[in-house]
Amino acid sequence: MTRQLTDRPRAAVETKPAATPRRRWSPRARRDFFVFLALALPNLLLIAVFTYLPLFNNIYYSTLDWTLGSASATVVGLDNYVTFFTSTDATKVLGTTAVFTLITVGGSMLLGLLVALALNSKIRGTTFARSAVFAPYVLSGVGVGLVWLFIFDPGYGVLAWLLRGIGQQSPQWINDPQLSLVMVIIVYVWKNLGYCAVVYLAGLQSLPQDVMEAASLDGANGFRRFLSMSLPLLSPTTFFLLITTMLSSLQAFDLIRIMTPLGNGTSTLIYEAYLQAFGAFNRAGYSAAISVVLFAILLIITLLQLRFVERKVHYS
Amino acid sequence: MSTLSPVSPDPAADSPAAAPDAGPEIPLQRHRPFSRANLAQTIGGGYLPLVLATLVVFLPLLWMVLSSLKQPGEIITMDLKILPQSLNLENYNIAMTTVPFTQFFVNSLIVTSVGATIKVLLAILTAYALVFVRFPYKNAIFVLILVALMVPPQVSILPNYILIAGMGGKNTLWGIILPGLGTAFGTFLLRQHFMTLPASILESAEIDGAGHWRRLWQIVAPVSGPSIATVALVVVVSEWNDYIWPLIITDRPETMTLPVGLTLLQNSEGNGSGWGILMAGAVLVIFPILLVFAALQRYIVAGLTQGSVTG
Repeated sequence: MTRQLTDRPRAAVETKPAATPRRRWSPRARRDFFVFLALALPNLLLIAVFTYLPLFNNIYYSTLDWTLGSASATVVGLDNYVTFFTSTDATKVLGTTAVFTLITVGGSMLLGLLVALALNSKIRGTTFARSAVFAPYVLSGVGVGLVWLFIFDPGYGVLAWLLRGIGQQSPQWINDPQLSLVMVIIVYVWKNLGYCAVVYLAGLQSLPQDVMEAASLDGANGFRRFLSMSLPLLSPTTFFLLITTMLSSLQAFDLIRIMTPLGNGTSTLIYEAYLQAFGAFNRAGYSAAISVVLFAILLIITLLQLRFVERKVHYS
Repeated sequence: MSTLSPVSPDPAADSPAAAPDAGPEIPLQRHRPFSRANLAQTIGGGYLPLVLATLVVFLPLLWMVLSSLKQPGEIITMDLKILPQSLNLENYNIAMTTVPFTQFFVNSLIVTSVGATIKVLLAILTAYALVFVRFPYKNAIFVLILVALMVPPQVSILPNYILIAGMGGKNTLWGIILPGLGTAFGTFLLRQHFMTLPASILESAEIDGAGHWRRLWQIVAPVSGPSIATVALVVVVSEWNDYIWPLIITDRPETMTLPVGLTLLQNSEGNGSGWGILMAGAVLVIFPILLVFAALQRYIVAGLTQGSVTG
């Protein structure tokens, strides 16, 4: 470890001579105080106003019966939450969110692991393939969504054409609520599996080579080695991916918005919050309540992660 | 370099050239190098999955490009041809005249360049202050930044809309840029990097009497090039692709960014004959970032897989 450059040793030395009762800080410490503020304050203020303040505002708005754009609002307490949880909306939206999140997380992690295993060989071209599978992750969700919407088009899409080739009718991907959820899930997994693959690949490459070699000398075959050695050793990576992909799946917006503008069968929490506030009804209070529910779920997942990571640190 | 993730930044990213022929020890060769069994194993076990994975990524994008060159008659047909009949850029022309695409492009360029420049600057300044400047509550401030890193931007959309619209920022470029300017991600990544810089490089400068400003720009920033590039690229990619916020805060074409403009195009060309035009629009949105990624993927992959929390 290189010595880390912090001010601590210097501060300890310099506060001593300045420790007179009247002046606690040396001129240099005072100058540093203002330098710090000048450098960091703009960013800190922006984070406070646009990241922290909205959390509290959301809670406040969620207690209002308020049409977005209207000048008056009435305080209704927890009514918005009651309405949400007692209506059929709740089961539908929470169910859609659960299905979307579980399948996209499971799908992109499983396929990502398979791709990572393929990438983890010592043949030429893996670097290119690694970049290629990662590429969709950085592309615009709107652009990607449109491309796939065309591919899935029941009339003129290439998928319908392929299905016609084997004498099948294209399913109604866009009109059928369940199929449109399936469609969005497929595209989401396509876009995100490269992220999982690259993180898994890094995990695979950091496995202790000597242990793996010892196992192969002992006669364990590839699949056996993978099941009883690689997979358990990869569990920190798996956990990390589980958390990060779950958080991003819960926030997925671009693809859902562009592929199913009306949220027909694809209304997850985030999309329902958007539709309620910025769709036809402008129900700002209700939307804020859904956002608070979403935030609570995200918070629980994040706290679980922190807890586990802390334990992991002590454990190893 | 310490990271949020349990995996260390992958070695392949740091040495792209070394990866394919790495490994001084050849794993237990059972067959002669070019024996049939060996070739079959390499192709079946090694290349086939790789080629398959690469194709799954590229074919949809290739289809997008090919379709963007096709005429409506070539798209609305049961007799599908893979290749367009001619290299016809008519769809691009229609896409750019149906909606003000040039305007969207300019808006996206402004939002991305201004937003990314300010964000990177703020990240450098804040990270430097957190690591090198004395201040009483630095740890508490760092914790607040860490927590902000975990607050999902999506749940702040409505309050930020009310705030920015109240300030008169609706349908303005500054209204698009402002709420995203504070950067917890960049600050975090650069702070972690600055912490690893050896103390010795700053000591001589301090003895020479160089102030913080000079130490930052003449020493710390120049030796942190790759980390700053990583932050900059990740920020550029996410600003360019950002959708939910510009979608909400703009409803007039004059200030829309490309992804929002593409939605507008989708609304006006949503019938079957418009697919070629929509694909042309998608190419215009996707290709700039695809080119940046192709050129600098090393930094982008490292930044996105380390930072763990970005849009």
